Amino acid sequence: MRFERPFRYTLVLAPYTLFKETLRVKSFDYAAPPSLEEAIKLLRTHPNARLLAGGTDLLVQLRTGRRETDLVIDVKRIPELNRIDYDPSRGLTLGAAVPCYRIYGNRVVSEAYPALAEVASIIGGTQIQGRASIGGNLCNAAPSADSIPLLIALGATCRIAGAAGEREVPAEDFCTAPGKNVLVPGELLVSVHIPPPAPHTGAYYLRFIPRNEMDIAVAGAGVQVVLKDGRFESARIALSAVAPTPLFVREAGDALAGSPVNSESIAEAAEIARAAARPITDMRGTAEYRKHLCGVLARRALETAIEKAREAQ
Amino acid sequence: MQGKVRVQATINGEAQEFLCEPRQSLLECLRDVLGLTGTKEGCNDGNCGACTVMLDDRIVTSCLVLGVEAEGCRITTIEGIAAGSQLHPLQQAFLENAALQCGICTPGFIVAAKALLDRDPAPSEERIRLWLANNLCRCTGYDKIVRAVQQAAARIPEAVV
Amino acid sequence: MSTQYTVIGTRPVRHDGADKVTGRALYGADVQMAGLLHGYILRSPHAHARIRRIDTSKAEAFPGVKAVVTAADFSPVEDKVVDLGEGNTPLSYIRGNVLASGKVLYQGHAVAAVAASSVHIAEEAARLIEVDYEVLPCVLTAPEAMRDDAPILHDNLRTKEFGEQTGRVSNVAEHFRHVMGDVEQGFAEADLIVEREYHTATVHQGYIEPHNATALWNNDGRILVWCSTQGAFVVRDVTACILQVPVSRVKVTPMEIGGGFGGKIPVYLEPVAALLSKKTGRPVKIVMSRKDVFEGTGPTPGSYIRVKMGAKKGGRITAAQAYLAYEAGAYPGAMVGPGGMCVFAAYDIPNVVIDGFDVVVNKPSTAAYRAPGATNAAFATETVVDEIADKLGMDPLEFRLKNAAKEGTRRADGPKYRRIGCVEVIEAMKNHPHYSAPLEGKNRGRGVAIGFWFNAGLPSSCTITVNADGTVNLVEGSPDIGGTRTSIAMQAAEVLGITAEDVRPTVVDTDSVGFTAVTGGSRTTFATGLAAYEAAQDVMRQMKERAAQLWEVSPESVTAEHGVFRSGDHSITFRELAKELSETGGPVVGRGAVQPRGVGGSFSGAMADVEVDPETGKVSVLRFTAVQDAGKAIHPSYVEGQMQGGSVQGIGWALNEEYYMNSSGTMMNSSLLDYRMPTALDLPMIDTVIVEVPNPGHPFGVRGVGEANIVPPPAAIANAIYHAIGVRMNRLPMNPPAIMEAVWSQRD
Repeated sequence: MRFERPFRYTLVLAPYTLFKETLRVKSFDYAAPPSLEEAIKLLRTHPNARLLAGGTDLLVQLRTGRRETDLVIDVKRIPELNRIDYDPSRGLTLGAAVPCYRIYGNRVVSEAYPALAEVASIIGGTQIQGRASIGGNLCNAAPSADSIPLLIALGATCRIAGAAGEREVPAEDFCTAPGKNVLVPGELLVSVHIPPPAPHTGAYYLRFIPRNEMDIAVAGAGVQVVLKDGRFESARIALSAVAPTPLFVREAGDALAGSPVNSESIAEAAEIARAAARPITDMRGTAEYRKHLCGVLARRALETAIEKAREAQ
Repeated sequence: MQGKVRVQATINGEAQEFLCEPRQSLLECLRDVLGLTGTKEGCNDGNCGACTVMLDDRIVTSCLVLGVEAEGCRITTIEGIAAGSQLHPLQQAFLENAALQCGICTPGFIVAAKALLDRDPAPSEERIRLWLANNLCRCTGYDKIVRAVQQAAARIPEAVV
Repeated sequence: MSTQYTVIGTRPVRHDGADKVTGRALYGADVQMAGLLHGYILRSPHAHARIRRIDTSKAEAFPGVKAVVTAADFSPVEDKVVDLGEGNTPLSYIRGNVLASGKVLYQGHAVAAVAASSVHIAEEAARLIEVDYEVLPCVLTAPEAMRDDAPILHDNLRTKEFGEQTGRVSNVAEHFRHVMGDVEQGFAEADLIVEREYHTATVHQGYIEPHNATALWNNDGRILVWCSTQGAFVVRDVTACILQVPVSRVKVTPMEIGGGFGGKIPVYLEPVAALLSKKTGRPVKIVMSRKDVFEGTGPTPGSYIRVKMGAKKGGRITAAQAYLAYEAGAYPGAMVGPGGMCVFAAYDIPNVVIDGFDVVVNKPSTAAYRAPGATNAAFATETVVDEIADKLGMDPLEFRLKNAAKEGTRRADGPKYRRIGCVEVIEAMKNHPHYSAPLEGKNRGRGVAIGFWFNAGLPSSCTITVNADGTVNLVEGSPDIGGTRTSIAMQAAEVLGITAEDVRPTVVDTDSVGFTAVTGGSRTTFATGLAAYEAAQDVMRQMKERAAQLWEVSPESVTAEHGVFRSGDHSITFRELAKELSETGGPVVGRGAVQPRGVGGSFSGAMADVEVDPETGKVSVLRFTAVQDAGKAIHPSYVEGQMQGGSVQGIGWALNEEYYMNSSGTMMNSSLLDYRMPTALDLPMIDTVIVEVPNPGHPFGVRGVGEANIVPPPAAIANAIYHAIGVRMNRLPMNPPAIMEAVWSQRD
């Protein structure tokens, strides 16, 4: 996943230079366990091991000193983390290490979850998408992660495994602070599950970046709407880059439930989303600008999601 | 500590074996261990694309791949694009269209563009620009690069991929 | 009358092409040799601090480390003033930027260096060097640094004003002023006066290849250097000066270079690598990281500018005034001088005052960036001109034509123009289909701007040897950044009457060719081309003598045209004559060594269509046309390439690029993720129009084209934004948050 600086850290600590940015990194060992049990065993014996899927965040962080480790555990040989299982009645189970290109390259999955395929195609660029994974995007837990607001909007859940067994956590609870997630030492993310969409569902993630590709989101809105007879049956809205974690704005979606599909209700929901945002000022934008963007992006994302819902079966 | 790891991979069609520390990137291994200096380092964090290689038919920024991850993989670098002494149509098109000035980004662009033409023999200008957004050029403004890719696409017969 | 050329104006494949598309071309980081050690430079985390003590003992003891150096390893020499071709500078400044002594003046300032068996070990060991800093307050912009209470960077810097030393201690190294006519009178005569102020952020050249150098301090005392540089002779002279050794002891081999744009003229790594090599007895290679490039090399000045202009109703400019305060970075030498020369250079204005300030601040010491100083100034002038034309209800290109500089126009800094192409460039813009194409849709606008940049002359040397098969070897010393091997070879080929392919150009080291100044300053095709021209003429003179010998006629009777020598009924081709050389006196070697005065100067124009998203402030460039006077385009593809490349750098400068620094002087965005240069997806095709108003100072009419194309784009985009959404921007970059802020303040 894309390397995202912990903006708040850099502002509060002023030195960014405390991270002793370097060209290279301290020595570490490398292991590529072939099974989940092996990986869990290694995590138990190496408490500061880091997991490696696509490496597009981890390698940068190791080089800048933001993270340190003595063991890198490559999870790309573990079957459960590398599978895509889709069934129209059960939904999608996406292995945590599955790279972006396999998502949008999978025609069946792309048709069932077009917004997810599209998110996978905007993270970084072509080369990054050849390695980076949605699971890595989750675990890296950057406030600006592009996939997480959409996962929240889609009602995704995260399957976690560790020595104590397995558990599931909703996507909106997975990130706990910038760069921090809900995994306790010894655990790893196995897969993400997305339920099958109801009829007349549309989803979309819209972010704002200054260029057209390659940038970290200044702000982003992930939405899913379910329509019925000209009204919203339900809606979920989540925001990126405007809070310490990706922000599930439950109230905004709840306000839409039962409302007619028109510009007034959309505007109201967008305003609730905008009000909920609590961004900081950093090199990617001021707080005022980001808050403003939230309203714009939420509105535009809703409009697109509605269009897609109308086109869907 | 583990010490150096032995890695076996197929590079430009040939079985290769090399030793590296786990912390060494694939880019370092190609350049400093194997002497394949055609792949370049521009940023070491995945943002410029100068280090682009093909890894099992996908283009990747080799600075963000560890050498040890290349075990069992097929890698194509710029050194493997020409067919012996015969330049690939992309290489020829870059020359004819003056699609390079300083040339440092050129290996990355050619490998990336070849991966596109392998999949899509007649990409639109928009598709070319989107595909190549992970490759930075500071000299050309991309105009002649895009034209070179279009010309190469027109010249590559559909059957040969 | 247009001259018909055989080679000039064609588009041969460049001579180094095969190597560059196959990865075989060797750039500085590709250097390998037996016993090579790897260096790593420790840099200051503070923007301004006194160095109390440096303890390198732990690093020296680290396994795998072979040597550590600091400024203490420079040979002890009393500070003196040296002239390295850029005017007089204290040696302590030049040494100081390479390895800090006494003080660090910017975050990223080099403090120490380690050589080890691997770069990983060197970097780990460098973290063990203990530097005891006394942190001092820092100052980061020119206006702040000019205040009386500003922290002082150099205790020994005294302000020079109007050419005289004032003895004042301040951060202002120099204040100059150009005066022409009477501005008070001029403004009094004006019907309309516009005065605006501008802030432009620090930006970087953004070459994709980081700096690198390999040095070997050999057992015979010679210092051998392989590096990425725009000028091997500059590296030789500066390295020798820093190390205080005779110039003849240093030999520099320029490797292929991955972009420079002015930023690879200064010397950073070579003396450090040489010191490490001296201590270890082995060659040492140092390659900068991207972070080092941003923090430890030479970006271009940020600036504070005011421009005031007055015009009559009918459109004639009566007076213009400019105030230019440029950030030099840690050491004096901001390119405010050229900025002052270019600010009104496109116009014929009778009454002008220009004040320029070279101001040191706690940022990296600035270097040239493609027409250095001119882009900042043009951003101001060209937006003021647009505002005046708009208020007078005049077409922006008509207004410029009414006031355009011509042959004989005097610039406020003194010189009168010889033959120039300003009018022709503006007319080419007017006549271009882009200018009259309808632009429909909301929030879309079109903007134009023009700009000027000089050509440098400076010395170049060249030798040409004739091979028995009728090809020639051309040896020159200009690193090839953009196809100049070929544009130089083409000029020789034209004189010799052979094909471009039959000329074999090589770029060689400082031992193997006469002094040659940098590849930069828009001079290479012009000056080194002229040296090649002279060398080729020398070859022709000798070839005629050989033909005369064969035919037993006088050499004066021998003519040559299109590669055929004739006298009376005799004729022989170049290729056939080449076979006869060993029979007629031996090898033919021609030489050229020039320091041309006949420089031309190039005008350029930019036209941009943009769409602005009024809810986000994002600007999309829909269409872009670049026009430039090339005098004579030797290889049109590479001239177009310069125009397109400069335009895109200008677009990046306009929209997103900046050094984002916190209040402690730390650069927050020193990576290519957040230092946002345009990608292929951010741009349309860049249309180009090459105007040819021949430069009378060059046999083929060549004007250097490398730089002027970066000058107008930011202003063209600013003007387009105004015409799209009615907001006048006065800062760079015009990024989305800045545009929204401007939209909101206009609303309030």
